[in-house]
Amino acid sequence: MNIVVCLKQTFDTEAKIKLTDEGSIDSMGVSLIINPYDEFAVEEALKIKEQEGGEVTVVSVGGQKAQDALRQALAMGADKAMLVDPGTDEVDEYAAATVLAKALSGLEYDIILGGWRAIDDGSAQVAGRVAELLGIPVVNTITKLEVADGKATATREIEGGSEVLEVSLPAVLTAQKGLNEPRYPSMKGIMKAKKKPMDKTTATELGLDSLSAKVQALSFSLPKPREAGKVIDGEAPDAAKELAKLLHEEAKIV
Amino acid sequence: MAKGIWVYVEQLDSQIKKVSLEVLTAGRKMADELGEEVCAVLLGKGVAELAPTLGDYGADKVYLAEDDSLENYTTDGYANVIAEIVKENEPYAFLYGYTILGRDLAAQVAQKVETGLMSDCVKMELEDGQLVFTRPIYAGKAFVKATCPESRPIMASLRPNSYIAEENKKAGEVIKVNPNVGDIRQQIKDIVRQVSERPELTEADIIISGGRGMKGPENYKILEEVADVLGAAVGASRAAVDAGWVPHSMQVGQTGKTVSPVLYIACGISGAIQHLAGMGSSKCIVAINKDPEANIFKVADYGIVGDLFEVVPVLKEELQKITA
Ligand SMILES: Cc1cc2nc3c(=O)[nH]c(=O)nc-3n(C[C@H](O)[C@H](O)[C@H](O)COP(=O)(O)OP(=O)(O)OC[C@H]3O[C@@H](n4cnc5c(N)ncnc54)[C@H](O)[C@@H]3O)c2cc1C
Repeated sequence: MNIVVCLKQTFDTEAKIKLTDEGSIDSMGVSLIINPYDEFAVEEALKIKEQEGGEVTVVSVGGQKAQDALRQALAMGADKAMLVDPGTDEVDEYAAATVLAKALSGLEYDIILGGWRAIDDGSAQVAGRVAELLGIPVVNTITKLEVADGKATATREIEGGSEVLEVSLPAVLTAQKGLNEPRYPSMKGIMKAKKKPMDKTTATELGLDSLSAKVQALSFSLPKPREAGKVIDGEAPDAAKELAKLLHEEAKIV
Repeated sequence: MAKGIWVYVEQLDSQIKKVSLEVLTAGRKMADELGEEVCAVLLGKGVAELAPTLGDYGADKVYLAEDDSLENYTTDGYANVIAEIVKENEPYAFLYGYTILGRDLAAQVAQKVETGLMSDCVKMELEDGQLVFTRPIYAGKAFVKATCPESRPIMASLRPNSYIAEENKKAGEVIKVNPNVGDIRQQIKDIVRQVSERPELTEADIIISGGRGMKGPENYKILEEVADVLGAAVGASRAAVDAGWVPHSMQVGQTGKTVSPVLYIACGISGAIQHLAGMGSSKCIVAINKDPEANIFKVADYGIVGDLFEVVPVLKEELQKITA
């Protein structure tokens, strides 16, 4: 079983966001992590490998720093990694998917896993696009996965419930929280990861000469900070009464 | 020349999703500024009766595709039909609601027609004759304004509760489409619905959430009672989910659901940055927490420093009196 995991490096969830003087997002001093949803995908890949045998390859589109995220996945137990430098900063979801699909088409895969969205851009579309480009089916936001006889049976979240879907492999599946608990890399894993293969390539080397984004960012801004409002004094019952009154008369919500 | 603003209308059990009417309203406003028409796209089985409502909310035309195989949503089936409609009619813009279904579908269709897609937008406006979208990034810690300059249609999904659905009666002429569903590779084996009288978290106007301060699963009952009085949804922090008190589907935050209700009541929630990321765009925030230093008070419009087990039951009674 060949399992490929698409993995994105993102800002840490604690990161404070600032703008540079030019008005773009300032990444200086921000610590970087594996996109948490992609971590579920790595864990799931490792579990499938433990059950079915095979190999786990992690692939990321990004700059040199993204190697850290890939190394962490290797330390968790993935077998090899591939980093593709897109060669441009203008990478929208279309461009990212184009690069990933191209990189993946040179690999053997039965299952492609990823997170259902990245917590930085929240766009939730790269995996679906990759599936479309590779001509294979996608199942998003899965919370349970079973693989057998060339098929994947996945439980996925739907509005107000869940559904169980079956797809033939190869297929793209994206992880939702609840799928599993990602393992921590062990000391041994970290040592081993240093010797595992990390293939570094570029979009150009993959034969993508002109990579152009469809979406263009025009400007960035920060939200107005929320201000602390009224703290309602008094003993609990009185405060609760006052709150109900304020919601009714002042905020006019209820 | 690409033309018209098109809106994908999501329905479940022959009920139109609230967010679809919000998107229609938003689309109508833009179309009026552009002098364009608004077309709604409705897929399903036995859903024709929903078409008049779409006219009420601003659709000039309703493209209706009905087929047995469209009874339940599948990525392939729905995306194939919509991609074909898009290719035939070449709209200027095509909009979705940012829901579980909407984002699954939008990604697929956008790639099929090789265009750009801006997800989870909270605002749409016209700048220099071009549609420009604003969307939160880094879980609401920043915003980006973006457009799709060349490819058509411009695709975007709008976050629920970003617009208020308003009636604006139009012809709502129904155009039947013969759907070409194609090869559906996702085979549905089972559908489980949690029957709930409460609104979906992401669409709810009012949410009452409980965190670690709830102390245990049994105590969520006191939040549910308030929710029943207000017609609200019940949410939770990750701490409550990780403790196994409530399901993941109730988690609000950076790795949970993003919500933008009119009112968010946080009970026994400290206000960690990852939680704020999911509810920070709520219009009014109420915090009930016994720690006066809790972060949540920094963003709350109204706060009560106190024991939630004393506050919440009285709050319920008082709200009951008001709403009675
Ligand atoms: C990668 C990552 C992703 C994350 N994603 C999310 C996410 O999506 N959503 C999320 O919520 N968190 C998320 N977190 C976790 C987040 O950092 C916090 O740990 C979590 O939000 C804390 O939940 P809490 O406020 O319920 O618990 P705590 O921080 O333990 O706070 C409990 C609060 O309850 C109060 N309290 C206790 N008893 C009472 C009482 N009787 N009456 C009144 N108040 C009382 C206490 O004063 C305290 O302020 C994430 C963390 C990471 C690292």
